[in-house]
Amino acid sequence: MKLAWIGIIFIALVSLLAVGLRLDPREVPSPLIGKPAPHFELPVLQQPGKTFSEKDLQGRVWILNVWASWCVACRDEHPVLVEFSKSAATPLYGLNYKDSRDDALGWLKRFGDPYRLSAFDLDGRIGIDYGVYGVPETYVIDKRGVIRYKRIGPVTGELVRDKLVPLLNELDRE
Amino acid sequence: MTPELGQFALCLALIVALAQSFFPLLGASRQNFGWMALARPAAQAQALLVAFAFGCLTYAFVANDFSVAYVAAHSNSALPLHYRVAGVWGGHEGSLLLWALMLGVWMTAVSLFSTHLPEEIVARVLGVMGLVSAGFLAFLLFTSNPFDRLLPPAADGRDLNPLLQDPGMVLHPPMLYMGYVGFSVAFAFAVAALLSGRLDATWARWSRPWTTVAWAFLTVGIALGSGWAYYELGWGGWWFWDPAGNASFMPWLGVTALIHSLAVTEKRGAFRSWTVLLAIVAFALSLLGTFLVRSGVLTSVHAFAVDPARGVFILALFVLLIGGALVLFAWRTSRIGLGGSFELASRESALLANNVLLAVAAVSVMLGTLYPLVLDALGVGKISVGPPYFEAVFVPLMAPALFLMGVGPLARWKRTSLPELAVLLRWALGVSLAIGLALPFAFGRWSALVGFGLALAVWVASTAFLAWKKRPTHSRAHLGMVVAHLGVAVFVVGVTLVKGYEAEKDLKMKPGDSLELAGYTFLLEDVSAADGPNYRAARARIAVSREGKPVTVLYPEKRVYTVQDMPMTEAAIDPGLTRDLYVSLGDPLEGAYWLVKVQHKPFVDWVWAGCLIMALGGLLAASDRRYRVAARERSGAEATA
Amino acid sequence: MNLIASSAFALLLAVSVASADEAALDKRVMDLAAELRCLVCQNQSLAESNAGLAVDLRNQIRAQLARGASEREVVDFMVARYGDFVLYRPPLKASTFLLWFGPFVLLIAGICVLILRIRRQGKMNRQLSEAERLRAEQLLKE
Repeated sequence: MKLAWIGIIFIALVSLLAVGLRLDPREVPSPLIGKPAPHFELPVLQQPGKTFSEKDLQGRVWILNVWASWCVACRDEHPVLVEFSKSAATPLYGLNYKDSRDDALGWLKRFGDPYRLSAFDLDGRIGIDYGVYGVPETYVIDKRGVIRYKRIGPVTGELVRDKLVPLLNELDRE
Repeated sequence: MTPELGQFALCLALIVALAQSFFPLLGASRQNFGWMALARPAAQAQALLVAFAFGCLTYAFVANDFSVAYVAAHSNSALPLHYRVAGVWGGHEGSLLLWALMLGVWMTAVSLFSTHLPEEIVARVLGVMGLVSAGFLAFLLFTSNPFDRLLPPAADGRDLNPLLQDPGMVLHPPMLYMGYVGFSVAFAFAVAALLSGRLDATWARWSRPWTTVAWAFLTVGIALGSGWAYYELGWGGWWFWDPAGNASFMPWLGVTALIHSLAVTEKRGAFRSWTVLLAIVAFALSLLGTFLVRSGVLTSVHAFAVDPARGVFILALFVLLIGGALVLFAWRTSRIGLGGSFELASRESALLANNVLLAVAAVSVMLGTLYPLVLDALGVGKISVGPPYFEAVFVPLMAPALFLMGVGPLARWKRTSLPELAVLLRWALGVSLAIGLALPFAFGRWSALVGFGLALAVWVASTAFLAWKKRPTHSRAHLGMVVAHLGVAVFVVGVTLVKGYEAEKDLKMKPGDSLELAGYTFLLEDVSAADGPNYRAARARIAVSREGKPVTVLYPEKRVYTVQDMPMTEAAIDPGLTRDLYVSLGDPLEGAYWLVKVQHKPFVDWVWAGCLIMALGGLLAASDRRYRVAARERSGAEATA
Repeated sequence: MNLIASSAFALLLAVSVASADEAALDKRVMDLAAELRCLVCQNQSLAESNAGLAVDLRNQIRAQLARGASEREVVDFMVARYGDFVLYRPPLKASTFLLWFGPFVLLIAGICVLILRIRRQGKMNRQLSEAERLRAEQLLKE
């Protein structure tokens, strides 16, 4: 009887470890999925006098991409975003995170600007509200202002094709 | 050419390892003395081949051969010589080669110091170790070859991780592996006993010194790792309950249980099956630890560059070796009997209870370490399990174990009279309670937890003293036990006092500013450049005084290692018998300001001193006459014949 | 003269109370930060880490505690944004019962099994030796 227990524990342990090999311990799911996008009212990067709020996009499906000029991985995903913004109907908005205005504007000038506009989050307070911990991060928000998807890390061409486009189509139909 | 020679040596070693397991194991079951006799020379030949391969890799490092991919990844021409050598085991592939080397060392030791053992047992033990070695050599050659070439060769290497460029790094892995790998000897003895059907007291007597020595090494290895983290990581922590630390702690708990269980099996013939199972489980925990830090399944401050493909291999090895041993165990033991006859109040019971407590403690550490993985695998979400959990669960488990440490050595075998025991212990209990209640006041702030911890420590120490006094003569084994238990007491004092009374202060300082902590004054005199062979640094000079009298001058540094552009904090520590003063330099701020963190750590060095004393006790016990008598008798008999 | 002295005294008192408060707040911030995980680090708490996000979050904690929020509220704030992963002390939920209670249940079970086994073995041994004694007597009679 006791021996059966040893066998069970052994098999359970090995199975757990085997499954574990296919998971990524560093990937942290967001608790904000399915919740309304946290409210903010931030100055616009390109036009400091103007403000931008998530409420402005109520009724539309949109994408919020968190980026910064000091972020190396953002450079990797940027061409994908530029490409995306050219062809897709869904508007792309940026959240410039803990950056300097000059550096950010210079970066956009150098690498292209796929965003309708970028909100300027100087102290990162809005980033905290959105649970940002590793730039770049990308959120898909639906017509009712609810976050439906979050991507931590750079957006790749495959991700756009396999995950984002189908999701956006589905959300448009709602 | 040399790397290829090294690789070739490894291939040969693998073939020898397979021969070392195949022939002796088969020979033992067929009583074929010729085949059994192959075990010792095969083990020694294998060890030599692995040592040669290790030498080739070391040469590649010392000679800055950046055409070897591993050298290019972990070394640099500006790296000082001693760190180039230490870099050999600074990464995954090289550390595995170190594992194989340590296994070679242990196999050679077994082949040399086993003249008093029956040939059949030696053949089986070395045969099993050969299997383990074959597994690791295959792992090396097929997934983690340190000799892979990088063509075209790199102009210069990526440098050894600055965190590892430290004296502690030179010693910590070898000590740790001597322990981890040494448990394969206990494992091999257990499997040999199962194969031969001889699960008696003699098996325990043979296996005990090997297990105790390996335990001592692991104790030192873990202490070194903790001390290195304290010294090197820059924020004053010395134990993090992180997966890598836990990976080494779990086997330690298992083997501590094992050496106590072996004591009973050797002296009383009891717990036979349980001890064998424990030996298998302890080695399983070693392998599990190896798996956890290399497979990417868990993250940790010093997990190796991770690769799930390698994880699969280790897991397969784990299933083969441990699964195989467990199947053998199930087949050869009809039931896990306790064996022997003893009362509820007896030394046997106390030791069994100790085993239960240590086993549950090991399970709790494993549970905490693996639980995030369990929930993630089940798709239930991602959680973290950190120090608050371990401290809440592990510490309460250890308290009764510490209490039992006082009871066990003084209880009689088979049946002990509780009243008699109580009389013996009365004095120790009184002293413990008194000191536990009174001493915290001396530190300025009474705390129940501190009092409790101190009381337990004094209890362990005074009962160890009683156990020593009770014996008219002292064997080394008994003395070793007393010393090891005293080491535990010292350790508990250190942990209790540092956690109870440590203090820190962070302050923005510029030259001329000073800061007060725990009665000491820290004056920042200046900050200057202090570059090294492969780094740039800013070094602060901090004069420490107490009540106006100078105590010491500390030089914390903030370094940037040029090759990887990696910032590092080099803390400055003033160690002492009753406290460490710990100063680290943070980031530079505007003006001439720096962020300075100062810590007062009372009795923290007792933590590591306790570990070293424990290990000393273990080595003392293992060197006991009775383990060497048989060998001497044998050689004496041969001399007179 | 008296007015100056007493206002100076009041000021000094206020400053020392304020800095004592400051120290107490510091301690609360660090105690709470030690229980929260730094998400951008390998394995450090918010108290230990010097990463940008860790500094930001420590400032958040300080600002909220200073405003009168309770530790519970600050923790809820963090969990709402970062999930349970940010807690180093796993929350007590149905999914973590095994984690929190497992070891103690196992301990109690282990001790019980131990006591029962030892007792049973003792009884068996006594029965055995009783049987042996009877047999020995019998043999002696023969």
